[in-house]
Amino acid sequence: MTMKRGSVIGLAAASVVLAGGLALAAGEYGPGASDTEIKLGNTMPYSGPASAYGVIGKAETAYFDMINEQGGVNGRKINFISRDDGYSPPKTVEQVRKLVEEDQVLALFQTLGTPPNSAIRDYLNEHKVPQMFVATGAAKWNDPKHYPWTIGWQPSYQIEARIYARYILKELPNAKIALLYQNDDFGKDYLIGLREGLGAKADMMIVATKTYETTDPTVDSQIVALQGSGADVLVTAAIPKFAAQAIRKVYDIGWKPTHFLSNVAISVKQVMQPAGPEKGIGIISAGYIKEPTDPQWENTSEYKDWLAWMQKYNPSASTTDGNNVYGYTVSQTMVSVLKAAGNNLTRENLMKQAAGIHDEKLPMLLPGIVVSTSADDFAPIKQMQLEKWDGTTWRLFGEVISGAGS
Amino acid sequence: MSKGFTVTAADKLAASQYGGLSLDAWRWIGTLALIAVAAALPFAISSYHVFELTMVIIYTIAVLGLNILTGYNGQISLGHGGFFAVGAYTAAILMHDYGVPYWATLPPAALICFVLGVLFGLPALRFEGPYLALVTLAMAVATPQVLKYFDNWTGGQQGINLVKPSPPPLLGIDRDRWLYFVALAVLLLAIRVAANMLNGRTGRALVAIRDHPIAAAAMGIDNARYKTLAFGTSTLFTGVAGALSAFVVGFVAPESFTLFLSLSFLVGSAIGGIATISGAIIGGFFIEFVPNLANDISDAAPWALYGVAMLLFMYAMPRGVVGTLGPWLARSMRHFLHRPALGGSEEDCERRITP
Repeated sequence: MTMKRGSVIGLAAASVVLAGGLALAAGEYGPGASDTEIKLGNTMPYSGPASAYGVIGKAETAYFDMINEQGGVNGRKINFISRDDGYSPPKTVEQVRKLVEEDQVLALFQTLGTPPNSAIRDYLNEHKVPQMFVATGAAKWNDPKHYPWTIGWQPSYQIEARIYARYILKELPNAKIALLYQNDDFGKDYLIGLREGLGAKADMMIVATKTYETTDPTVDSQIVALQGSGADVLVTAAIPKFAAQAIRKVYDIGWKPTHFLSNVAISVKQVMQPAGPEKGIGIISAGYIKEPTDPQWENTSEYKDWLAWMQKYNPSASTTDGNNVYGYTVSQTMVSVLKAAGNNLTRENLMKQAAGIHDEKLPMLLPGIVVSTSADDFAPIKQMQLEKWDGTTWRLFGEVISGAGS
Repeated sequence: MSKGFTVTAADKLAASQYGGLSLDAWRWIGTLALIAVAAALPFAISSYHVFELTMVIIYTIAVLGLNILTGYNGQISLGHGGFFAVGAYTAAILMHDYGVPYWATLPPAALICFVLGVLFGLPALRFEGPYLALVTLAMAVATPQVLKYFDNWTGGQQGINLVKPSPPPLLGIDRDRWLYFVALAVLLLAIRVAANMLNGRTGRALVAIRDHPIAAAAMGIDNARYKTLAFGTSTLFTGVAGALSAFVVGFVAPESFTLFLSLSFLVGSAIGGIATISGAIIGGFFIEFVPNLANDISDAAPWALYGVAMLLFMYAMPRGVVGTLGPWLARSMRHFLHRPALGGSEEDCERRITP
């Protein structure tokens, strides 16, 4: 099979050469691309405070291993060079310069973390090197006018908050909303998204906001104060530790708001179980990729393909860790862009293809959610589906909702 | 002239002159040669390696600062990453919010870090050894979070992006090489200042306080004054290094200044040679390159390799690279340079004495 495909490509390449005359080679190449290879660069926190995310880099390496074993992309092997930056921005700058100037990669793919990506964005745009499908939830990566070489991938925190706002407007139009958020850019993105989503009604509907610092011992006093505002909807934009505290406190003081919880804090192991599974019943969050622990996917061919890949190419990683679904799916986006670029593997064409994805479905995205971009839309995934905690697992409900800006 | 006299003269000569030049002259030649190499090097390597070497210079300045405090004065600091951050943010905020040119941010960064260091040094007078280490550890641990707290100034978690400085157009060199020379100039100035301070009265006072504070006080040394001075000078150097790093990297964020940075400085200082000036250069190289090397050898356990490298260094050279190799090198140099003098006739010796 592989042989056959290889010879077909060989024939195709030969005919291109013949048709184009002697002067034309098989493809047009930027740095890091050739007839046999495409070099992609990456930085990951394999060490340091954010090293839990390192599994994403390993999953991506494992995905490209599979692609290469199947013959590569249009006959070219992907050479994925992934380096450790320890989540330290100066180190990221150093590693990325090495990737661009020494290793001569065609593009950067999935560099992880908001501070590391902020540190390299100017450099990459100045040198016109694609910074593709960055692994962060900040909203700032969707800015093609100022940063035409940088493109995001996952739904941003603002998109997620807009989705909650749209649901509230539709289902709970008279809601009085209280917001608890982490006092940094991550938390503030939720406030921005919520206000945008509510539009003109924002000032009227948001009755109280409270912040916490990551150094605070608990958020108990904030929860009590928010209850005192008379709100009947609570939006919690928090990381796991504080999300668990909030769930417990809301339950313990007998407050029964409709509770929305940020997608980063829905881990069963880290949040729902420590909070007490029964205390969180009814909490609403949103997702966009298939949870590998959700039994409803178990018998689908998409899940089985993912599992087979995990067992063969990424056997040491956990099949319950959603990060492995994430790495698998974002790598598929990259491969499809490379395929679309064909034999024109220049940096310009790569960005052009990345900005021209039309409603692409990927196997481990939730049904109905698509990847789509355009010249002025660098936010590939803008839809999410709501899910509700039933005491043992998150159950998807309702339609897929778009969080695209109005 | 009696033979006895000539022999004595030759001995004196041997002690002070090698190969026809005085020890000082040799030292100057060596230093100038090193500077010449440092100045020529960026034209022989790629921009990326120039950038790496610029980082080495920056770490060298920071380690030099720590050496003044820890090496010469015996006060252990685990918090110099914090002062590095203060220097970096001073430069970043001045450049970003007030449009101050990059070179003009160095003096304010130096001043702020000096004052902060003196203020920090005052309570530090009450703490010795491990207790001081703990107090400064608090500084290192708190830095990233304090930076996030004052997000009006610091840009919070998003950090501050800086426009990278442009080289003067007349020079015709690129930005990386220009910044390398800026950093090199600051390093040379820093070494000069440190040498002036440490090779004289102040340096002897600092060492005396380190070795025996009571005896030092009995000799009339004002312990409190010198210890505070050591703290302030030390943080000044580290702060200037931080300011340089801000515009060389072009970005500052709280994640840039974690506890690990402080520990790296201490490691660099110990590996290079804790009470030496040239050891700081070795320390700078270690901080920059050893983690990368470890990563290249094994991406599964780079920090285990880093640990092994550290153990090997400390086992083979317990007083640091310069502290251990320095005396050995000096001995061999003396031996090597001595030979022509011994081989020469007595006349030669005499001619050199009376030019």
